[in-house]
Amino acid sequence: MFTQFKYWKPYISPFDPCKPIKVKSYSTPPQLYMGFQPPGLPQYPTPKEALKSGTLWPQLFSPYPDPQKGGMKHE
Amino acid sequence: MWYYEKKLQYPVKVSTCNPTLAKYLIEQYGGADGELAAALRYMNQRYTIPDKVVGLLTDIATEEFSHLEMIATMIYKLTKDATPEMLKEAGLGEHYANHDRALFYQNAAGSPFTATYIQAKGDPIADLYEDIAAEEKARATYQWIIDLSDDTDLNDSLKFLREREVVHSQRFREAVEILKDDRDRKKFF
Repeated sequence: MFTQFKYWKPYISPFDPCKPIKVKSYSTPPQLYMGFQPPGLPQYPTPKEALKSGTLWPQLFSPYPDPQKGGMKHE
Repeated sequence: MWYYEKKLQYPVKVSTCNPTLAKYLIEQYGGADGELAAALRYMNQRYTIPDKVVGLLTDIATEEFSHLEMIATMIYKLTKDATPEMLKEAGLGEHYANHDRALFYQNAAGSPFTATYIQAKGDPIADLYEDIAAEEKARATYQWIIDLSDDTDLNDSLKFLREREVVHSQRFREAVEILKDDRDRKKFF
């Protein structure tokens, strides 16, 4: 399944001074995959939703923080 | 020339008195990947880029100025009523000594804005790739500021600004596609 965040597990040394973060993540927003934006992409139903999202097209919307990690899901 | 609309592109609401956030936000004001650097970079590259993408650079540069205005509003609101003691605690003592509560084009570490942040190589592909990189770096900076901030109203505006970086990056990527496309060649299918 396509997700806008990718995860990886860094090496954890037995001598790390801080409590290790076992899984690290980074954002991979839609513009990395879209190429030339296809014409006629579906738009948000209302201008208010589009303004709130910062884009006219749901397919270009990138959530942050990661919704998987308890980030506020953008409606 | 420009017409000015006396309103922000997206509303800015700050709900906590937290001058420390202003210190971080200064990075997007006068930092290397900040809104001022972005606006000036695109505004300047317009002159020597193929005419197919000049309009895009003008539009995005203009929008970056409206983002600069939003960032300025955030910093102003976060600091305008802070006492010198609060500013000192937030690490803004040096700023207060030099500028009072005035905004200044500098990065989060206090280095003043410099034209060396902006490249203009004259090669359209090199310049557009720098623009894409600048947008991704600005997107990342917004992520790190959102991570540092627990002000939900402020974060709402920051999420809007982050999404605009995503859209701008998309448009610059399309500009590269336009410039590398072999438009004059006859295509047979």
